[in-house]
This record gives sequence, structure tokens and C-alpha cells, in this order.
Amino acid sequence: MKFSEQWLRELVQPQIGTQELADQLSLSGLEVDEVEGVAGDFTGVVVGEILTAEQHPNADKLQVCEVSDGEQTVQVVCGAPNARAGLKTAFARVGAVLPGNFKIKKAKLRQVESFGMLCAEDELGLSEDHGGIMELAADAPVGQDIREYLNLNDQIIDVDLTPNRGDCLSIAGMAREVGVLNKAAVTEVEAPAVAPVIDDRFDVELVDANSCPRYLGRVIRNINPGVSTPLWMQEKLRRSGVRSIDPVVDVTNYVLLELGQPMHAFDLNKLDSGIRVRKAEQGEKLVLLDGQEVELNADTLVIADAKGPVAMAGIMGGEPTSVTDATRDILLESAFFNPLAIAGRARNYGLHTDSSHRFERGVDWQLQRKAIERATALLLDIVGGEPGPVIEAVNEAELPAVQQVQLRHDKVTALLALEIPAAEIEEILTRLGMQLESVEGGWNVTVPGYRFDISIEVDLIEEIARVYGYNNLPVHTPTAKLPIPPIAEARLTLQSLRRHLVARGYQEAITYSFIEAELQKSFDNQHEAIALANPISAEMAVMRTTLWPGLAKALQYNQHRQQSRVRLFETGQRFQPKGEELVQENVVAGILAGNRDAEGWTAGKESLDFFDAKGDLESLLALAGCGNQFSFVADRHVALHPGQTARIERNGETVGYIGALHPSLVKQLDLNGPVYLFEVSLEAVTGGKLPRFSSLSKFPESRRDLAVVADQETGFDAIRQVVEAEAGEFLKQVTLFDVYQGQGIEPGRKSLALGLTWQHPSRTLNEEEINSAVSAVVSALRERCGATLRE
Amino acid sequence: MENLETLLAQGKQAVAESDTLAALDEIRVQYLGKKGELTSLLKGLGKLSAEERPAAGALINEAKAKLQADINARRDALESAALEAKLAAETVDVSLPGRGQPVGGLHPVTRTLERIEAFFGSIGYSVAEGPEIEDDYHNFEALNIPAHHPARAMHDTFYFDAHRLLRTHTSPVQVRTMESQEPPIRIICPGRVYRCDYDQTHSPMFHQVEGLLVDRNITFADLKGTLEQFLREFFEEDVKVRFRPSYFPFTEPSIEVDIDRGDGKWLEVLGCGMVHPKVFEYSGIDPEEYTGFAFGMGVERLAMLRYGVDDLRLFFENDLRFLGQFK
Repeated sequence: MKFSEQWLRELVQPQIGTQELADQLSLSGLEVDEVEGVAGDFTGVVVGEILTAEQHPNADKLQVCEVSDGEQTVQVVCGAPNARAGLKTAFARVGAVLPGNFKIKKAKLRQVESFGMLCAEDELGLSEDHGGIMELAADAPVGQDIREYLNLNDQIIDVDLTPNRGDCLSIAGMAREVGVLNKAAVTEVEAPAVAPVIDDRFDVELVDANSCPRYLGRVIRNINPGVSTPLWMQEKLRRSGVRSIDPVVDVTNYVLLELGQPMHAFDLNKLDSGIRVRKAEQGEKLVLLDGQEVELNADTLVIADAKGPVAMAGIMGGEPTSVTDATRDILLESAFFNPLAIAGRARNYGLHTDSSHRFERGVDWQLQRKAIERATALLLDIVGGEPGPVIEAVNEAELPAVQQVQLRHDKVTALLALEIPAAEIEEILTRLGMQLESVEGGWNVTVPGYRFDISIEVDLIEEIARVYGYNNLPVHTPTAKLPIPPIAEARLTLQSLRRHLVARGYQEAITYSFIEAELQKSFDNQHEAIALANPISAEMAVMRTTLWPGLAKALQYNQHRQQSRVRLFETGQRFQPKGEELVQENVVAGILAGNRDAEGWTAGKESLDFFDAKGDLESLLALAGCGNQFSFVADRHVALHPGQTARIERNGETVGYIGALHPSLVKQLDLNGPVYLFEVSLEAVTGGKLPRFSSLSKFPESRRDLAVVADQETGFDAIRQVVEAEAGEFLKQVTLFDVYQGQGIEPGRKSLALGLTWQHPSRTLNEEEINSAVSAVVSALRERCGATLRE
Repeated sequence: MENLETLLAQGKQAVAESDTLAALDEIRVQYLGKKGELTSLLKGLGKLSAEERPAAGALINEAKAKLQADINARRDALESAALEAKLAAETVDVSLPGRGQPVGGLHPVTRTLERIEAFFGSIGYSVAEGPEIEDDYHNFEALNIPAHHPARAMHDTFYFDAHRLLRTHTSPVQVRTMESQEPPIRIICPGRVYRCDYDQTHSPMFHQVEGLLVDRNITFADLKGTLEQFLREFFEEDVKVRFRPSYFPFTEPSIEVDIDRGDGKWLEVLGCGMVHPKVFEYSGIDPEEYTGFAFGMGVERLAMLRYGVDDLRLFFENDLRFLGQFK
């Protein structure tokens, strides 16, 4: 909310400067966003009167004016089309300095001398308006400094109010707050009842009394439509960011700013019989003041007459019944709408108005009469007219209850860790408008109708703390009293997992959890990704079911910036719908592309292959001590190369995939391939075991090397399993130390060189035992794997 | 005997002149071997009288010892020269880069998260996590933000349908913890959060760490002390900290915390407050028995301040030139 400091100081006079006031408001919870002058920095500008205005002899668009500044009459060349004899305007004398340190000097324009400048609003930093020179009132005193005349030594304070402080959305509310903070007296806005001079009434029926428990109306006839809003009011509105429109609208806006009560004025003669406050019928239409026609929803409260809706209650009036230049008779409205009946409605129509902003947050439900009297008095002053009596429709039962809250002094002390004296608490709350009744150990507090945010004890404690000053309350250094949380040693921490990948050359990435739908589909056709109802863009539309698309995009980003060797990893949630359920699982995923080694004087030039990726992943899987529980099973995956894809299992359960990105995706994403990817459930990677010691054998190991030839399709895993099954219980290790295809080996076959190591815990194994184990292995390999010893 | 002196002198000279270990050994054999020239002199002792023999023998042995000492010294010298030559030949350019994998690095958000976790871990907080796709109840209702509450406008929410949404803060994790755990509670909840907003200072996805402490007799002063100390530790500076009243539906009183790092400018760094009694009630905790505080901070914001990053969007572009700066 923007307001004029001068306006505020009419109601409360704290003995502090502007900056101090702004800081004080911020530190009390009313955050000041900005303080700016109501006009630019300028001097030497006075009220001037144009005595004559003649066409410039050498320029079509210029006029030569005689201007009086009260002391002398000078010649001024002016380009504004509205410059005319008799107009009073802002006149910058020779020697004046305008905003931006623009000095006014004697000048010659097209051979005609000019002594000063007539100013438009933007030239004085009053507004953005450059429609012409300023038009001041006819009674403006010629020669008076314009700063003084327009009262420009004022600041606009812009406060960013939190939604709980609807009570401060008015000058009166702000003044109350400033009064509390400075222990200063606050002047109440007076609004004595205006006696009716006519008895015109207008029927009001509260059909939906829960949404609108109180509605006040008043007829005023025979207003003078030819009058303009007085300068002081225009200026106050302008300084609050409200444009002056016509006197009637300006008065309703003025009361909204002054007291916080949104009001509306109808052209009485455009209304058809009585007012009904009711919910809209679905699909009813209304043309709003801003000219747009809306189709109303059934949850929207409207003001209707016999013919239909005439205003969207608490949000915006209708255009057909609005006040115009021709309006002579009006109906003023001052109502209380239940915040719940207004909240969210304006937004549903893409609207946000000063009125809806206040009603959503809560308007004092006891304020309506004061506001209508205040508006009536102002209107009579400005446009005259004959007021009728105030008509009030009210349903007392539906009005908000007066809040009574108990406050215990020791609760205040306990929560704030400070005993604030009772007298100080009483002063703070009383100045905030609460009524206090002392009881044993505390008070019964009656909350004023404008404080919708106070309903329980702690709300009052906050008020006390806030006014006392958060920074004046004590500070305790934290002490830990809790038992130390258990640390599961068998579990690999995320920190060590990340550092392991970092040490192996991976850079951690963080990619968006929402991605483009098409891209998502090309990486996973097993899950239907769930889509955002209100995505920010098509690129961020569905929730990833795998981290791969994000990593692939990150790879693309870097490859397109001359980064040829990239290794990235990410940890995070993926979102896989499975039947009715949505599984949100943490995974670790990686992507690799480019050469195996970073370019260097010792480095090879080979490109990465599947086994680089697998090696990195295996090292990760082994970290928690359960590497032998994982297996890699040849499989297919929509995103991966059909011959280079493995499903990763842990004890038979699928926990992830690894493989080469499918060449068609490499091409589609404009990547430099080959690209390798892996993704594994974090739970599977981090779940480990505690080490368990087994005693060391004192006896020598025996090793035999075997070269076996098997079919191309025979997986090493199958061979290893046979070896482990047949080599006896003292087999310690099987090493694959060579894989060979080519000369000397039949086409379609491959040679595998295996090293088998045995060791007995308590004796030396003899030759015969080893030999018999070897022959068992060899014959089993022949029978089960079609593998023969290489000759 | 008369040529003992000469022989010794010749031997010594030969030793001094030898330049390989092999040559030196030949000299040793030549003079001191079984048939060596000095050794042979001993054989000539028989020609001397018994009185003369011991003295002459002693002289010869003395000469042999002298030559042997020379040989040893020379061998040591030649050996160490050979070693030096070998070492010299093996010298490498130590300024050449080492072999192997260059290391990667952590994302600055992770780095910052870990720093925050380490601080709170050291004072007894444990880490709690939860789903990012949340329901309306845990993200809003249970935090005292009913439907149509104006505070919902403060959270530009991504929705999937009427009930499911992307969490706008990690507070739902606090709710879930309070639902399932009895006080005392000391947790921090790090994680991704989402708001429907995108420009230089807003990202539709960012990270938060929220914290919650629930126990008996927890006061506003405890909250102030914890966060003041955290901010000083985090920045490793004696930052000025100020507490400003604010509004969050789930805390009362609510606070925003600003810091001044010595340039006189106050920067908002986190929001916090004492847990609202209604939030306790939603989670089945008696607000008369327990009090607590909660706080929340934007991880990217803290990282930007700490490392001087000026554009939030950089965190999610994953440009290696950016990420590589956080090693």
C-alpha cells in the first residue's frame, strides 16, 4: 500500500523523520519497500499565469506567451497545445533547476527569445504525464512556489503488507500503528451523522446474509455534475497511486484509502427497484466497469437489482449502472462482505482490485456506517446534493462474533523468555485498540473488529513482541539436549556416494524435475508421466520418470559449448506412476561421453565404451560392501542401444539400467556419441552391510590358468557361475584376464582366459585336489556352456 | 722390501686413476689378490731373519691396509657416482601433469546444503525427507493455510489436479514428521521445492532447508540464538543479524531475518517463527505442553550470497564452466 506521509501525519505526529519512520514500520512488520518524493527534485518553479498566447512567427507548433510570475511579466516560448491565455500553470523561471539538474536559462527558439519554461507534470517528476502543460485551478495564487502550492514536500511510503494485516490498508490503520510504536496520540477521523433532507429510500434484501451480513445504502439526489474534485483530494489520491476520475468515484476511493472501507456509487436512475445481495446464477452476465463482460460463476456474490447483477460484490461495479458525467442522483453502498465469500473470486476472473484486496483480508465489520457518513459529508462539500436517510440491512447473527481472547502473563514470559511488565503489555494492547479486563494472572482481551488476524493467545503475544521489538528480546545460544541420533554404519551416505563419483571425474548436475513431454516419452515408454495442470512452458510440462532426459539435455548444452568430454551425475527423485500409485523414488544417474581419458600427454585417444560406464557403476555398487549382490543382465530399453543394454539386479530385483544411448536419440538430440547412461535406485546403492572378519589362512594359494573357447553368445556370467559351482569350496577367486577373438579362434567363438585361485584355511592343498577341481570345472564347462579348452 | 713404498705408491695411483668398478677390482686383484704384488711380498718374508720378519710383515700389512682403504674409498666414490648418474638419467620433469582422471565436483547447491546440514547436525538435528509431489493437505491445510487463504497467493503453486501439487516448501516434511514422531523433535528438511515463477531472481524449482524444533520450554530467544549463530557460522563472518516481524500462517509470531555483511545493506535471508498452535493441533501435539520453532531458507539464495553468484538461472543450466568453479 502506498500512502502520503503528510496525510499520515495529519492523524499522528511522531517526533521522527521520514527514514526513521520507514525503518520503524519495517521493524514492526509493515515492510517498507520504497520511500520516494511525491515530485522530482526541483527549485524555482512558481504558479504562473499566461496573459497572452500568440502563434510563433517561425514555427507552426510553438506559441509565444506573455507569462506573469507575480513579480514581472516575461516572454516564454511554449510548444504545448493547451497553452492559452488565462491558464494558470507551473512556470520555471530563468535560474530554476528541474529534475535531473536541468538548469533553465534564457534561450532563443527560432529567433524568438524565451525567459523560462512552462512545465508538464512529467517535467517536475509528478507523474508520467506529458499531455500538455499543467492546468492549475483558477484560484491558484500567481507567484507562489509550486512546491508550496501543491504541497510537494511530501514522501510516498510504499508498504508491502502481509496478508494478515488488512487493518493497515488505510491511513487510519497506519496512523493507529504509528501511534502504538511511538506512544503517540492518534486523531480519529470524524464522521458525524449527516441529517437527511429527503426521505428517499431504496430497498435492500440480504438473500445471502452469510456472505453479506451488513449492507448500508443512501440515496443522494441532485448532485452537481459539473464540479471537479478539489486539488487536495486529487493529490492525496495521486500519492496513494489512485487516479482521479470524477468527484463521486474520487470520494469513494478517498474513503477507502482513509478508513479502509471499500464503497461503491450507483447511478440511482439506472437501477431497477430494490437491491438484492445474492449468489450469481451460473452463467449470468455482467459488463464490468473496466468494460469487459464476464460470465459469472455460482460461487460469486453479486449485487443485483430486479433485472440482474449490477456489481460483483466487493470486487467491481457494473458498467451500465455506473456514475457518469450525466449522473444527478446516486445510491451509495457501504457493505461488509465475509472474507470467505470474496477470497479467491477476483482471481478466478483475472481481477484484482483495491476493494477485493481489502475484503479478502477482512474489513472492519463495524465501519460501514462511519464510512457512509464520511462519504456523504465529503460529497455534499464537493458536489452538493440532498441526502436521504442511511438504509441499513443487517443480519446480526451472521456478523462476525466479537473475539474474546485470554492472555496469561506467564505465557508471554515463557514464550518470549522475558518478563515484560504488565503495564507495558496493557499499554501496547490498548493502543492497538484492544479492550482489556484484568483477571487473575492475565487479561481478558476484546479484539477490535478490524483485527481478523487475532483469535488466540499467541496472536496477542506476537503483537506484544512485535511492538516491543524483536531485536530487543533476549537471545539464547542453542544447546543440544537430545540424544545423539543413531548412525547406521552399514548404510552408505549420500555424501560419500557423491564424493566417490566426483573422485572418478563426474561433475554433479541438478536438472529440472519437469521436462518436455515428447522428450520424456522417448526416454521411457513404460510409464505415463504425470503432467502439470499449469506448467510454466512446454519444456517444463511433465514430471520426469527418469533422470536421463535432463542429463542428456545438460550434455547437449555442454557439447554445444565445445565441451567434448563430459561426465555428469545427478541424484534426485523420479516420479513413476504404477497403477493407482505414484512412486517417488530417489535414484542416482550418470551420463558419459567423449574420450576415456582427458586429453593429455599420457592419455590414450580411445573413445569411451560400455565398460567404462559399467566400471564406474560397479565401483559405486561395491562401495557399501555388497557389490557381489548385483548382476547385469542383457535387456532392451527404449532409450538404449539394443546390443548394449543391461538391466541391473540386486538379488534378482531390478534396481536400474545401464547402456549406450540409442544412436537414433543421439542423432535426435544432436549429440556427439557414443553416450553412456546409468540410473540406479539410491536405496539399492546405499544399502550395505557391516564388515565381518574371517581369519586369514597361513597356507599358500594355488593358481591355475585356463583358456576356454565358448560361443560368442555365451555370457561370461554363465561361465563364472559354472566355475564357482564346480571348483570346490576352497576356490577363492576367479579372474578373467583376457578375452580374445580373431585368428586362431573359429568365427562365432571367443576365447576367455581365466585365473582360478584356491586356498585352504588350515592346510596346503595338494596337486591331486587342484587337478581334480580343474577337471570338474573343464567337464562342466563343456557340458553346460559348450566351452572347450583352447588348444 | 725396498720396493714396498714404490708398489704402494703405484697402487694408490692406480686406484685413484681407476674410473670403473671393474677396473678398480682388477687393481685390487693385481695388488691384493692371492697372487697380488703386495701379497707376494709377504711370501718373500721367509728370506728374512726371524728378528726382521715381524717388523717387515707389519710394514707389508700396513701397506695392504692402506691400499685396501683407498680401494674402499674409491669404490664408494665410484658407486655413488654411478648411482648419481643413474638417478640423473631417471630425472623427470616434475612440472608435467600427472596421469589419470581429473576430478569432478559437487554442485554449489549441494555444497551449500551440506554446509547447512553440517551446522545443524552438530547441534543435534537430523535430516528428514519427503515426497516432492504432495497433497493439498500436507502442503497447505495442515500448515494452517485453508483454501482461499490470501497466503496461498504468496505461493504460486504447480498443480496436477484438485488434490496433488508440487510442494511449495519443505514444510510438509515437518508435518509428516510431527504426525509420526513424539516430541522432542529436532529435524531439518532439505530438498527441492517448486513455485510457478520464472525470471532472474525466481526459478520454478529451487532448494530449501527448513528446520523444526519442538520440545518443552522452547522460547523465542532460542530461535533467535540458533539462527544468529547459524548465520555467523555459515558466512564465517560476524554478520549483523536483525529480526523483523512478518507473517506466515504456520508460525506465530513470524519473523523474517535480515543480515548486514558490513556494507550497511540489509538482505533478507530466511523466514522463521514459533510454531502456530493450530499446526501442532493438526499433528496431534499439545500446544500447551510443547512449544517449538520452525525456520526456512532458500539454498540458492544463500549460495548466491556466499559465492557471489548473480543469476539464479545459472544453477540449473549445468554449464560445466559454471559448475567447475565450485571445486
